[in-house]
Amino acid sequence: MDFSILEYQFMQNAILSAFLGGIACSTIGVFVVLMHMPFIGVCMSHAAFAGALLGLWLGFNPLIGAFAFSLLSAAVIGPLADRGELSPETSVGVIFSLMLGLAFLFMGLMPGTKSGALELLWGSILTNTRSDIIFLGIVTVVVVGLVFVFYKEIQATIFHRDMALSVGIPATMILYGILFLTGATITASLRSIGGLLIFSLILNPAAAAYQLTYSMKRMFLLSAAFGIFSGWMGLLMSYLFNIPSGATIVVTSSVIFMIAAIFSPKRKVKGWQAKPLLEEQ
Amino acid sequence: MGSTVINIENAVVSYREDIALRGVSLRVKCEEFIGIIGPNGAGKTTLLTIVNGLGKLLSGGVWVLGHYLTPGNGHCLRKKVGYVPQVQNIDPRMPMNVREVAMIGRYGLLGLFRRPGRNDWKIVDEMLELVGMSRLARRPIGHLSGGEQQRVAIARCLAQEPELFLLDEPTASLDWKAQNDILELVKQIHDSRHLTTLFVTHDLSCLPVACGRVVLMKEGLIWGEGSPNELLTDANLSRLYDMPISVVQERRRDTILV
Repeated sequence: MDFSILEYQFMQNAILSAFLGGIACSTIGVFVVLMHMPFIGVCMSHAAFAGALLGLWLGFNPLIGAFAFSLLSAAVIGPLADRGELSPETSVGVIFSLMLGLAFLFMGLMPGTKSGALELLWGSILTNTRSDIIFLGIVTVVVVGLVFVFYKEIQATIFHRDMALSVGIPATMILYGILFLTGATITASLRSIGGLLIFSLILNPAAAAYQLTYSMKRMFLLSAAFGIFSGWMGLLMSYLFNIPSGATIVVTSSVIFMIAAIFSPKRKVKGWQAKPLLEEQ
Repeated sequence: MGSTVINIENAVVSYREDIALRGVSLRVKCEEFIGIIGPNGAGKTTLLTIVNGLGKLLSGGVWVLGHYLTPGNGHCLRKKVGYVPQVQNIDPRMPMNVREVAMIGRYGLLGLFRRPGRNDWKIVDEMLELVGMSRLARRPIGHLSGGEQQRVAIARCLAQEPELFLLDEPTASLDWKAQNDILELVKQIHDSRHLTTLFVTHDLSCLPVACGRVVLMKEGLIWGEGSPNELLTDANLSRLYDMPISVVQERRRDTILV
């Protein structure tokens, strides 16, 4: 195989983006999986896409539009689902379709070529610039850093929000902090992975890790490893077969999930119970 | 018996249009064990939520452990209040073991930026030992039965080293043996630690024998309070639960407890 491609700046950027995006998205994914809120994540990623298109249409930075829209959708759905006024399925149905509708509306209103819009839809990790990577890098460091610093509060909130509240942990703030980070991560990875596909890079690595371990720390680590692997493997596939990288990244992460689900030790709870867990502190 | 630790004056709480508490006043002294009983929807749980600062008062005042509760200051109070809810639905694949869940009780005390140290783990292990869950300490929490999970919830509460112990239908949906075990455990904890305890239940047979005073609630009001023997008459219960006296008598005869 010819690896001279690695010497090109655009390829190095892509490899770095896949690494950072893989870590940030898969860390967010652990929250999404354990807090049972895929619906919020789906809405937020499509809202980000719509917001980015609004930015393209009106001529301001698409990423600002993406961030604003994804936070806005979280601000609408979060409390609705929280108070039980609407079932998650209903709110996701309403917001998700609204966001796709808005996205195509903005795309229709946009004058001239639509290639910029399509890039946000499918993602184009190969055209990432230095500034994209710096932004993604900052978001990744913030996400990982906050998880590290507030690990015990996050762990308690993930386990049971009301219980976390009742022992005096500011669980509501932690929850909204998590939603905020989700919005930031989606925004930062939007250009690389694309608005339609990003959610699978969030969900799949974490869902795969969830099949494999009973330790939350290990779940975070495994999820990040799967996220990075999906990104790199996807890039390689995309290069070898000359197909869009967003699609190959998503397909790789889905395959990882399927393999994990098939070989999950959690499917054989009885056999596992015979031997106790290793010390974990 | 010592000083007053909880003083609720004319508390009114409402969720949207429904009024959950319509002017409730209650004083609780240190080391008391109070049973709060009444039909579903009587406002029993709401009464507990205003004691641990999670409920929002519409009017009235609540003093708990010397704090006057306002919407902002619930956090520091909740660290001193242990709360055991009903059996919760826990994801069987949740990646946390029993020990880690019990440790959550200490997280509020530890505060932000501090990690549990050796002493914290020691306390958690002692509490798991006390509730008889040591042998399951490394099991994933989702693999435990309802009764075992409630024991872990009690251990979590005690790890918090609370000054108040609130239990909200801790035995609901448990089988007879598990109910009995939990009631025994609660009694034993009250006897040995003299924790001020509030125990909510709709089921009379789940009222612990340790209970020194009962509060009857119905439709958001306190309907009567006093010693269990005086208050829990067939006539009172028949009015509390809106059932004919004969049915109440039959039900009480058929349950062995109380």
